[in-house]
Amino acid sequence: MSTLGRFLRNPAGLIGLLLLLLVVAAALSAPSLYPDDPLRLAGRPLQWPLTNPRFPLGTDNTGRDIAAEILHGARISLAIGLVATLLSVTIGIAVGALAGYYGGWVDDALMRIAEMFQILPNFLLLLVLVAVFGSEIGTVTLAIGLVSWPASARLTRAEFLTLRQREFIEACRTLGMRDAQIILREILPNALPPVIVYAGVVMATAILLESALAFLNLSDPNVPSWGNLIGAGRAVLRVQWYVSAIPGLAILVTVLAVSLVGQGLNDALNPRLRGRP
Amino acid sequence: MTALLAIRDLTVRLPPRGDRDFALQGVSLSLDRGEILCVVGESGSGKSLLAGTIMRLLPPGIAVAGGNLRLAGEDLLALPEAAMRRIRGARIAMIFQEPMTALNPLRRIGDQIGEMFRIHTRLSRAAIEERALALLTEVRLPDPRAALQAYPHELSGGQRQRAMIAMALALEPDVIVADEPTTALDVTTQAQILALVRDLQRRRGTAVLFITHDFGVVAEIADRVAVMQHGRLVESGTADAVLNRPGHPYTRSLIAAVPPLHAAPRPPLPPGTPAVLRIEGVSKTYRRSGWFGRGGPETRAVADVTLSLPRGGTLGIVGESGSGKSTLARCVMRLLRPETGRIRLGDTELLSLPATAWRRETHRIQMVFQDPYASLNPRRRAGDLVAQGPILHGVPRAEAMARARALFELVGLSPDSLGRFPHEFSGGQRQRIGLARALALRPEVLVADEAVSALDVSVQAQVLRLLADLQKRLGLSLLFITHDLRVAAQICDRIAVMRDGHVVEEGTAEQVFGAPRNEYTRTLLASVPGQAWVPPVVAELA
Repeated sequence: MSTLGRFLRNPAGLIGLLLLLLVVAAALSAPSLYPDDPLRLAGRPLQWPLTNPRFPLGTDNTGRDIAAEILHGARISLAIGLVATLLSVTIGIAVGALAGYYGGWVDDALMRIAEMFQILPNFLLLLVLVAVFGSEIGTVTLAIGLVSWPASARLTRAEFLTLRQREFIEACRTLGMRDAQIILREILPNALPPVIVYAGVVMATAILLESALAFLNLSDPNVPSWGNLIGAGRAVLRVQWYVSAIPGLAILVTVLAVSLVGQGLNDALNPRLRGRP
Repeated sequence: MTALLAIRDLTVRLPPRGDRDFALQGVSLSLDRGEILCVVGESGSGKSLLAGTIMRLLPPGIAVAGGNLRLAGEDLLALPEAAMRRIRGARIAMIFQEPMTALNPLRRIGDQIGEMFRIHTRLSRAAIEERALALLTEVRLPDPRAALQAYPHELSGGQRQRAMIAMALALEPDVIVADEPTTALDVTTQAQILALVRDLQRRRGTAVLFITHDFGVVAEIADRVAVMQHGRLVESGTADAVLNRPGHPYTRSLIAAVPPLHAAPRPPLPPGTPAVLRIEGVSKTYRRSGWFGRGGPETRAVADVTLSLPRGGTLGIVGESGSGKSTLARCVMRLLRPETGRIRLGDTELLSLPATAWRRETHRIQMVFQDPYASLNPRRRAGDLVAQGPILHGVPRAEAMARARALFELVGLSPDSLGRFPHEFSGGQRQRIGLARALALRPEVLVADEAVSALDVSVQAQVLRLLADLQKRLGLSLLFITHDLRVAAQICDRIAVMRDGHVVEEGTAEQVFGAPRNEYTRTLLASVPGQAWVPPVVAELA
């Protein structure tokens, strides 16, 4: 059976994929459903959901339309997740591949650098970077990518360490293949599946990291991100809890979707699970 | 008299959508007290599943579909699981192929042997220890008291297998099932273990069901032989009858594939043949890196080896595991850098070449690897794997693919299979792909590192014939590394025997096999199983 077929037969993966498609659909429909700036004042503040047909999800404490913010926020969260993950996994694969393939002092040097990132909690390091470089949304995304690469580097390195000793890699060397070709064309395709699966975790973490920053009012205030909305709702949490709860639910669904897709991919790509009912 | 273990019409079903429906089909066998029955077959013949069925330890999805299995009249297949547990270990014991994985690495040997007594008897701790010590003495471990306290990794492979045998003997079982117990061992260790099994079995009168693929081992140890193919029993009888007068065509083909243990008649190389490959004073030391790269213990894997390979000839390097023969091959291929020495290919000194110059020279010397499963990139098509080398050396893609097609025919694979992935081929076919890949660069020298060791004996014979044929047609020179003296005798003009990194003897194949000068070579030759048995020339029987 093909990898896709195995993925689609897995209930967890399938549910995750459907949820993810839902979030993507929300992000795509935002400009047509709510063409206006989602951050503009739309009506009387703090209207409960389902009370005013103009605002199905109500309004927040500054009178913005929550539904518009949620849909536009989906674009921001997905974009942050994708870009940060891409950056993190790219750095991770490059570092891990070099460290695992060459070993020796290259490995020592690169892994010490990775450890420097790992000894600080991700979020603390992120706070430092944002404090130094500012909280513009692009900067925040880059910072998230920058703090989360060591784990994928270690994963890639472990794969390379075992694969580089296989006879087929020795065979490539005896054929006269260059190191770059061996790394990119021979080892990397074999090392990639676990890293791809792990990218799901990175993406979920990236979305959460941005929300956490926004909750502390440290993310870009000029974009309609879900985290910003939760942060705004903090002031009225005890009475108008829905202002924080609705974007919280959106984050939950997105992170769950990404994690389930990752798990489904893991099951589909893991050869040891093949053939199980 | 009823047999001790009687198997009648045993049929075992495999999970649906497999290669075949049944792992075993209508197998009937009997094992009497005090005899050794060898079950022989190639991989996939169902011989290991037979052992699993007897122990009632089958993998999930595989189930007995018919027949019965009686131990001294008691139907094992009808027993409840709890009753079966009392039989396992106590009345039927098992010895596995790889003692390192069959023993728990975290527990001492004495503790693991003692477990047999703790499960099945109510002996006191002191009594258990005494019994364990007696057992380890009986299997002739050099220092039984120390072995009792040792962890599995502290023993050598042969010692571990002795400990496994002690464990199997612990409760004086009626039947011992031994699944390829000597396959993972070196030939000299194998000879000792076989002698031990034979000796213990005679003294105790235990019945042994001995599973093996090696006819040499069969000749060494069997009272009776059963030959299996594709889950069916094709022939059984006394060892003498099956080995010397095989009736079934499959048995005949298996026996015909067993190489005899004397140098095959080969036309001698013309005198004054120049050397194509010269290995001069090569040494390679492995150093376990301690803190800051110093202080770790050293192992001299290859110590000052000087050899030469005559053009168009075959130089065999034989030795046991750890003798340094594979390290030497990897030094020749520049996969490892030796500390000292020179390797000359024709007039070129390989070790001093800069990396780019070496990449250009790689087409002159190529390697075939041991493991047909690990030596091909699972994500590349067979045709690409073969065409890869020429493309790297500047051959246009279309021409390289044409070359791959021609090579597939040369090594006996269908050119239609160029587009298939490695996992769609059998082990022997994959080894042919590896051979085609090495030949695609039209090398002068082919280094074959245990290239036929992982193959079944009939496939091994085919690949060896192919190698000899290609050598004649293409004028190849072969550096042939093997632990199997029978194989070396078939294909080599000259033989070098290695031990602990040193070449202890080097000479023509006739000389090394016929009149070995070195003590170690003589031990090695004496250890080859079944040397008293000369495989009959089956063509005469047919």
